[in-house]
Amino acid sequence: MSTETYALRTENLRKRFGSLEVARDVSITLPRGARHALIGPNGAGKTSLVNLITGQLPPDSGRVLLEGQDITRLNRAARVKAGLARTFQINQLFPALTPIEAITLAVTERKGTAGQFWRSLASHGDAIDEAWGILAQLRLTEVATRPTRVLAYGQQRLLEIGLALATRPKVLLLDEPAAGVPKGESAELFSVIAALPDDISVLFIEHDMSLVFKFAARIIVLVSGGVLLEAEPDVIRTDQRVRDVYLGQAHHG
Amino acid sequence: MADPSANQATIAGTQAWIRRQGRWSPYEIAFWIAVFVPFFFFPTYLTLASQIAIAALFALSVDLILGYAGIITLGHAMFFGLGAYAAGLLTKTGWGEPLTGLLISGAFVALVGFVVSFVIVRVQHLALLMITLGLGLLTLELANAMSWLTGGTDGLQGVSVWPIFGTFDYDLWGYTAYSYTLAVLFVGLLIARRIVHSAFGLSLRGIRENLNRMPAIGAPYQRRLQVIYTISAGMAGVAGALLTQTTSQVALDVLSFQRSADVVVMLILGGTGRLYGGIIGAIIFMVARDQLAGINPQYWYFWIGILLMIVVLVMPKGILGFLAQLWERIRR
Ligand SMILES: Nc1ncnc2c1ncn2[C@@H]1O[C@H](COP(=O)(O)OP(=O)(O)OP(=O)(O)O)[C@@H](O)[C@H]1O
Ligand SMILES: [Mg+2]
Repeated sequence: MSTETYALRTENLRKRFGSLEVARDVSITLPRGARHALIGPNGAGKTSLVNLITGQLPPDSGRVLLEGQDITRLNRAARVKAGLARTFQINQLFPALTPIEAITLAVTERKGTAGQFWRSLASHGDAIDEAWGILAQLRLTEVATRPTRVLAYGQQRLLEIGLALATRPKVLLLDEPAAGVPKGESAELFSVIAALPDDISVLFIEHDMSLVFKFAARIIVLVSGGVLLEAEPDVIRTDQRVRDVYLGQAHHG
Repeated sequence: MADPSANQATIAGTQAWIRRQGRWSPYEIAFWIAVFVPFFFFPTYLTLASQIAIAALFALSVDLILGYAGIITLGHAMFFGLGAYAAGLLTKTGWGEPLTGLLISGAFVALVGFVVSFVIVRVQHLALLMITLGLGLLTLELANAMSWLTGGTDGLQGVSVWPIFGTFDYDLWGYTAYSYTLAVLFVGLLIARRIVHSAFGLSLRGIRENLNRMPAIGAPYQRRLQVIYTISAGMAGVAGALLTQTTSQVALDVLSFQRSADVVVMLILGGTGRLYGGIIGAIIFMVARDQLAGINPQYWYFWIGILLMIVVLVMPKGILGFLAQLWERIRR
């Protein structure tokens, strides 16, 4: 364990796709227990930044640090093992698996017992119990044994979060967790996020400003691959540059 | 039957549901009783029945990678053929004991499979098809070129296998051959069953369902794929060794592309990812071949082609998948 007070830090992350710069010297810091929002117009590079942090994309330069440990060169799975989990803007679920199977899978992967082919799955009672606990936290126990593909969309979004929680993350990156969820349900979904324990540091991407102002303690504004501003919600609300960015993108409302 | 989803919204109900997934179904038990039918009613077909059992074991080995882990292959005859040659060459060295012969051949082929797996897990889709196809063709040509060892196109002759347990010699009717191949198929199925109903099996299904999500839950999926590929290769090798031991010869066509393609056809006919799909597919394929080749020896593939198209169009999940869906509908 390090004595660093931050959970996650990026140092001068850069990435370009041909002539398009999706990360321009991005240096951000997530303190322990953070509830940060990452906002910015479509194509600003928010998802790309998550991909850079989690190892899905290799940066051209820069570093990623998790509690003081340089994880820039670790592969995706190793970063998850180190305590960094994410969810996806577009569902990345296991359509034929049931929620209890999917979460149990993630739990056994974390425990390092998922490679055991000589024991029946049913004998992993502790992993199944833990998976059940996560489903209960997400209010998904009613559908625990239905194939994921038949779940309501909002339930699938919750399962997306559940898979990340099963890895017991220190840092959780949520890429538009409420994307595509009807407005009425998205607040409920965010209340699940707000109820997460303090030892999980959260960075979430969200377009709906009312949700951002409600649930974020601090906001990072990303524009064209660069950090425009990082501040408290009250500052962001009144900042002229932020207004300009969002007025230029009227469809974001 | 009571509604199976009735009391699942409890932890105990869910635990029971998971246990149920791995339990023997009445159909499975019925199937393993039915396999004894040829002994009593079709004794003249016992040789065919043992060929079916061998094909079924081979198809089961392919189901483990294709049906459960989503690794497509057009070259699995490579492992079948290597097992066949290993078992044959082993008897040439003077060791003809069949059971250890199976184990040694299987272990050798598993080792080859493990080496190959390093390449296999790095590619997907079309590249995977081409690599498995290429490796299969390469092995065939190698066996052909090394005729001093393999007998080339003449095949490996003079394979002499000792009686099983030192007692049961191979008879003309195939009683011993069928009992033996059936017993090995059963053991193979027990192993496959254990694997697919384990946490490892769940991890494989995760890979099949969404490869991209696996690293995001911290899963070293390449290692998982290497393990199942190695096991599958070993099982295919055992199937090949069985063929050698029950026919006392090895022909070059154990390595043929045709064999690689046939086994995939069997699996798709029966249904992938169901353990019994390959077995049912092998029965249909081999019986059809036997009957159709009797009517018209040259064109029987024509009918297999028709059958394959009908199944794929009408029952995209194979015959077993179709029956399972039908059963669901009736029950509701
Ligand atoms: N692999 C890639 N290759 C080339 N261009 C890419 C790639 N991934 C993303 N981009 C481009 O990079 C830019 C940033 O994309 P990104 O998905 O990070 O935006 P975002 O901020 O998440 O947007 P949204 O709010 O729509 O989700 C976009 O213009 C996108 O088209
Ligand atoms: Mg995005």
